[in-house]
Amino acid sequence: MEAADTREHYLNADYGVKSWLLTTDHKRIGLLYLISITLMFLLGSMFAVLIRLELLTPGGDLVQADTYNRLFTMHGIVMIFFFLVPSIPAVFGNFLVPIMIGARDLAFPRLNLLSWYVFMVGAAFTLWAVITGGVDTGWTFYTPYSTTASHSQVLWTAIGIFITGFSSILTGLNFIVTIHRMRAPGMTWMRLPLFIWAQYATSLIMVLGTPVLAITVFMLFLERVLGLGIFDPALGGDPILFQHLFWFYSHPAVYIMVLPSMGVVSEVITCFARKQIYGYKFVAISSLAIALLGFLVWGHHMFTSTQSVYTALVFSVLSFAVAIPSAVKVFNWTATLYKGAVTFEAPMLFAMGFIGLFTIGGLTGLFLASLGLDVHVHDTYFVVAHFHYIMVGGALMGYLGAVHFWWPKLFGRMYSEWAARVAAVLVFLGFNLTFFPQFVLGYLGMPRRYHVYPEEFQVLNVMSTLGASILGLGYMIPLVYLTWSLSRGPRAGANPWHAAGLEWTTPSPPPTENFETVPVVTEEPYSYPISEAEAV
Amino acid sequence: MTTESTAHVAHHFDTAEQQQKAATFGMWVFLITEIMMFGGLFTAYIVYRWMYPDAFAEASHHLDTQLGALNTAVLLASSLTMALAVRASQLGEKKQLIRRLLLTIALGSVFLGVKAYEYAHKFEEGLVPGAFFRFDGPHAHHAELFFSLYFGMTGLHAVHMIIGVGILGTLTWMAARNRFSPAYYTPVEIGGLYWHFVDLVWIYLFPLLYLLGRHG
Ligand SMILES: [Cu+2]
Repeated sequence: MEAADTREHYLNADYGVKSWLLTTDHKRIGLLYLISITLMFLLGSMFAVLIRLELLTPGGDLVQADTYNRLFTMHGIVMIFFFLVPSIPAVFGNFLVPIMIGARDLAFPRLNLLSWYVFMVGAAFTLWAVITGGVDTGWTFYTPYSTTASHSQVLWTAIGIFITGFSSILTGLNFIVTIHRMRAPGMTWMRLPLFIWAQYATSLIMVLGTPVLAITVFMLFLERVLGLGIFDPALGGDPILFQHLFWFYSHPAVYIMVLPSMGVVSEVITCFARKQIYGYKFVAISSLAIALLGFLVWGHHMFTSTQSVYTALVFSVLSFAVAIPSAVKVFNWTATLYKGAVTFEAPMLFAMGFIGLFTIGGLTGLFLASLGLDVHVHDTYFVVAHFHYIMVGGALMGYLGAVHFWWPKLFGRMYSEWAARVAAVLVFLGFNLTFFPQFVLGYLGMPRRYHVYPEEFQVLNVMSTLGASILGLGYMIPLVYLTWSLSRGPRAGANPWHAAGLEWTTPSPPPTENFETVPVVTEEPYSYPISEAEAV
Repeated sequence: MTTESTAHVAHHFDTAEQQQKAATFGMWVFLITEIMMFGGLFTAYIVYRWMYPDAFAEASHHLDTQLGALNTAVLLASSLTMALAVRASQLGEKKQLIRRLLLTIALGSVFLGVKAYEYAHKFEEGLVPGAFFRFDGPHAHHAELFFSLYFGMTGLHAVHMIIGVGILGTLTWMAARNRFSPAYYTPVEIGGLYWHFVDLVWIYLFPLLYLLGRHG
């Protein structure tokens, strides 16, 4: 056992703060991101705790409207821009993209390190905004409220989001070039792991969408500072233009959050069903289809903002079309399970949770894409429940699945399987108890973004807060057993799950150069079952 | 291959060719992000020009077409000198490379100088949007939108020009220190791509901003 200690790998290749802060090793940068976004997640969760506590009672017992506005705004901004958008790409994409395709690093290692610094600078501006009072506009920054009326820290937050966007752009650019140019011999496009296809599709959205958000936030910034009228109807500007530009990024951003999780699920399902993925090509191409269609549907956020009926109709139809590639994935995962030798280790529990919750989130998305129904449930808790099913039930479940699946590869240690299963079940149950009542609340007409509500909604709100407590517990337990595993966990071999994929052929943790010799790929992906000889 | 000719190949690339292709491809992807970023401003321009065609035409007449045309010519010339610089780097002609890079820097600086002169003039005329904006006639607010876009678009373009001059300066310094050879000239090549892109943006900005309502 001690002999394993002496082997040099990326964690012990160099010591000291400087070796981390100036590293260009994609694996170390992934870990820098892991720490940063975990802290941001805890910050965002604190806002969520305060929101759920306030909503325990119908009256404004804990906070008043102004504070409440800041709470839900900061919750949204921190969770979306500083946790969900970077989450899987910046941590696991960084760590795995080069290893999975048999490369020694990303194409531009220094650019990769720069992206982390850019992220931290953006986060610093946003944290400054939080400390000095926060923002109250909603994470959507709708004009002219954000430009002329709000007295909160819009400027600092706008700068923070503008800057952070560039970290996303740099990551996306790096992945695209790496996947095109750095593949090992024999790693053809149709042999790429589906996680790589998902990262590729995500990168396309990052590269095409984020610059539009950047320029939009920049215009908002200038308008607020200089008193321009670009989005101000009093000066001839058009606030609807802001909404168009904002959602042009922010709808596809949902796929930045959920596509990587889909990639994770494809890896995990095949491993724990011990089967080749059903319909590899369809699953791969559906990632691209989701990314491209995702750019054509932003208007479904604006059915009630003076959009013409015909425009709305087109956006509605296109939004329904996104369901097709999404369903392809869900059906193919299900078919992969069929007659598989399925086992339920913790990563698998998270992946199964993803499939169920994402399906509910996706189907309720169709409700919202229907013109008539959307007018009824627009800006209600139905919408809140829907996007939490996608972004928490989907994206976050996938992230946790990734954490549990690749943790042994990252650190060379196993965590407590028993504790992890408990966490997975708690997260699933807690999540549903938190958010399913919100579908009902929304359908009954409770609007989002209010700190007070009529008394008849209290039972459902108490259920939701109770669920949030369970969910919170489910998030805290992994912090404990994963931290514990770092020093005490039993050593994981190169391939503890008997999984297919290049990342499992190299030792855990991998050496700095990822592989001792450049791998040559000779077979299709997911060639399960893996023989015992291969899975040392 | 001798070790000298592969000294520039970073550890994670297998060959010089792979590294060169990755860098060039990376620059193309970056330029696509630039198109999307400028695209946001162009979208705003299209919307407001469509909403307020008369005000935009009237406001456009306050721009100096001759200076705009001069700057267009200057930038086109700089694209030529840049292309020639790339050629010189491919052939390993160090002196020509440095001369052409410096010429490109000079042309870029002329452009920025003319732009600064124009901005100063607009400032004196009270055409800078914000608290000090002055515009007579019924279209004042809509003209202010035009000038917001004018300064936003040309301003973002000028920032790219300044960065471009910085890049060219770095390339000149690298060339002087013998960092390039016919086997390795990638930085000059992708610096050139960037420079041509910035020029190209101006080719769109000039007619959209300066030439409104000037036909017929
Ligand atoms: Cu959407």
